[in-house]
Amino acid sequence: MAGLGGRMSTVIKSKISRMLDRAEDPGETLDYGYQKQVEMLQNVKKGIADVVTAKKRLQMQSNKLEQSVVKLDTQARQALSQGREDLARMALERKTLAQTELQSLDTQINELEGQQEKLTENEQKLRTKIEAFRTKKEVIKAQYSAAEAQVKISEAASGVGEEMADLGLAMQRAEDKTETMRARAAAVEELEAAGTFDDITQLGSGQDDIERQLQELTSGAQVDDELAKMKAELGPGGGDSPALEQGKENA
Amino acid sequence: MIVRISGEGQFKLPDEDAKRLNELDNEAVAAAESGDEGRFQELWSQMLELVANDGNALDGDDLVESDVILPPRDISFAEAQGEFTGDGLIPD
Repeated sequence: MAGLGGRMSTVIKSKISRMLDRAEDPGETLDYGYQKQVEMLQNVKKGIADVVTAKKRLQMQSNKLEQSVVKLDTQARQALSQGREDLARMALERKTLAQTELQSLDTQINELEGQQEKLTENEQKLRTKIEAFRTKKEVIKAQYSAAEAQVKISEAASGVGEEMADLGLAMQRAEDKTETMRARAAAVEELEAAGTFDDITQLGSGQDDIERQLQELTSGAQVDDELAKMKAELGPGGGDSPALEQGKENA
Repeated sequence: MIVRISGEGQFKLPDEDAKRLNELDNEAVAAAESGDEGRFQELWSQMLELVANDGNALDGDDLVESDVILPPRDISFAEAQGEFTGDGLIPD
């Protein structure tokens, strides 16, 4: 059989037949095979735990970014109401960046969620198969006849083996996806470490490196739009009045 | 015949479906090799549909080997180009 599936089951079959060739007592081979299956199931559970950990990590980052978005929005409003359009613009630029990151994080969290569900479902199926194998091996051992047992073991083990290989493939795919997301999470962490989403009042004056990067990264149009909207919300003249005059003008 | 959809499980299909599945498989190989993603997706859906419509899902207690293993449902075209080559999933 060609194709991935074919290759996979061929590998399993040859492994099983090698195992059986070496075995003096197929009954022992059965017990050994069962033990191996249980061990592999443990690895699968560990793999699922890794996916869950990756998901939690992304969720934490997503929560932090959400807070940043709210904070930067508030700061932009404050800055604008005090006539500091430059600061408001900077805050909105950061907010845009944070929102973009947030969107892509959320997409990936959902994807991981799907992977986790699928793997858990597969793990349960595999558990059932291994349990069936355990029962079957006891039956074979009880009616032990070497020649017959060889055939039966081979059949039963191929069935479980295929199931395992399939789960292995699913794990591999999940791992690849998790890897991409880890890189993503690391990139967001880097931005965080660089203070990209930080409180703008904590920054000194003057253009820093991050600011310049931000201006390149964020689309000016979105920031302009938001700034205009905010100005309109704050009322006429809100943008250029000194802070102390604010109350009077709006009254 | 027993068909597995990778990541989902095994299905028992009437033997006469083997021919149809093989035809779709060969066409899918041709589409994958010529880089025709639209055509490939169409054939791939038909293959999955055939298994879903005609097949009976096997329960977890069965310990049988599949005759054909289909790749995961959400296979990307790039991945598919590595799988659907030569004789395809089902050798002639």
